Amino acid sequence: MRRYWQTLICFWGTALAMQAEYQVNLLIELVAIALSLGGSLFTLSLFFGPGYSLGGWNWSEALVVQGFYTTLDGIANAWLRPNLGSIVTYVREGTLDFVLLKPVDSQLWLSLRLMALSGFPEIALGLLLVGWGGLQSGAEASVQELLTVVLMLLSGTTILYSIWFLVAATSIWFVKMWNATEVLRTLLASGRYPISAYPVSLRLLFTFVLPVAFLTTVPAEVLLGRVVATPMLLLSLALACIFFLSTRAFWLFALRHYTSASS
Amino acid sequence: MRLFGLNCRIVAAILGSQYAHMLEYRAEIALWSLSGVLPLIMLSVWSSSGIRTTLDMNDVALDRYFLSAFLVRQFSVVWVVYAFEEDVLLGRLSPYLLQPLHPLWRYVAAHLSEQFTRLPFAAAIAALFLLIQPKVLWLPGPGTLLLAWLATWMAFAIAFLLQSLIAALCFWSEKASALERLLFIPFVFLSGLLTPLTAFPPAMQAVARWTPFPYLIDFPARVLAQRPVDWMAGFCAQLIWITLLLPLALCLWRAGVRRYSAMGA
Repeated sequence: MRRYWQTLICFWGTALAMQAEYQVNLLIELVAIALSLGGSLFTLSLFFGPGYSLGGWNWSEALVVQGFYTTLDGIANAWLRPNLGSIVTYVREGTLDFVLLKPVDSQLWLSLRLMALSGFPEIALGLLLVGWGGLQSGAEASVQELLTVVLMLLSGTTILYSIWFLVAATSIWFVKMWNATEVLRTLLASGRYPISAYPVSLRLLFTFVLPVAFLTTVPAEVLLGRVVATPMLLLSLALACIFFLSTRAFWLFALRHYTSASS
Repeated sequence: MRLFGLNCRIVAAILGSQYAHMLEYRAEIALWSLSGVLPLIMLSVWSSSGIRTTLDMNDVALDRYFLSAFLVRQFSVVWVVYAFEEDVLLGRLSPYLLQPLHPLWRYVAAHLSEQFTRLPFAAAIAALFLLIQPKVLWLPGPGTLLLAWLATWMAFAIAFLLQSLIAALCFWSEKASALERLLFIPFVFLSGLLTPLTAFPPAMQAVARWTPFPYLIDFPARVLAQRPVDWMAGFCAQLIWITLLLPLALCLWRAGVRRYSAMGA
């Protein structure tokens, strides 16, 4: 366990050193984050007006959902996108062989090797937005509820990671799957609005097939006290476990079909 | 005879070879077209929101607008900066520069053949949508169709030139594609991909009309969906943007090539 921590710290140290080389890019990323959040808030504001709400959520409540989405997007930008995005390259160029030979679990290496600095301001902004929206809508969250929300956010991250890894792992068969993760991003972008803003058929899809609802809407509902927290937390944790275990099983299954680049 | 360095045989050869290349990766292109369903997701949010009644469109018109936006987007996607960056980094650009043909033509051909490969997938998604919502179906006349085709094609030209500008910066910096994000974000919010432009507050609408973005999605989509639109002003704006961007892109490109010293040199 301690060895794994040391390796992770070493990984992220080198990743940060690598990014410090492109300082202008970091600045561009910061501007991009600000622009993108501004644009999202502007688009969200178009759905509100005197007497209008979005699927039964008022402006400040919808801000909480937007905040959770921004936080998750930040996590995705910090870890999921750089790491899981390069699995395809490893498979295509045959460098996955070197990963498999390392004395570290291959899934761990592939999932956590890199870290992008630009995700962190986004995570911070998202959490700020959650806090602001929560205060504005008069949510009175106890310590226990806050803890529940943090746990739900973690299990939401696990669900997101599992789906993403699952799709990226199929590149072992299809080789060129670069855009599959882009499809995923489009579908996950639907998480920036409360799930009740969608028609019933899409609501079912986003709850049971692709559980986007558990990533943003349900944590927001818990924070705002709109639902009973405990069953939702249990459901979310159960989903996270199921998704993670299936991903793990799928990766082990996929490795048995991996035949390197030249053989 | 050669026009802009092109003649019939060259056009046929590069289009043919690029089309064969794109067909090889058709699975990936199918996913590309699927990743363009964002306007349709936004449509579902718009049509179940209360504020829809304040828009200038009824239910069917809104459906047609977003379906048109989806189709326009499918045929004006541009990715030249990524392809170009990779070619510069891997040194593939050097042989292209030796050929008696402007390298940008090669990317134009790649985009056109990608659109052709994409056609059946985009049509399938649109057909599925119409199957679920049959009352949305409309048949634009040949005149409208021609105008919409022209507007989409001009939108593609503007987007291509804008990205070529950034791509030319690859001659100076090896990570110019990061700049593309700064172009993509205002494009997403101001082009009409997420909301019809008429939903903006008037001041914001006026600001947006001074950028090239509304002419990339909103204008062609309105022409295709047969919404009332000042198509004279729209085409003029598109033409102005093209005449503005074309010399700029070519100049920057020429300056870049003079600086270019191939990777590893």
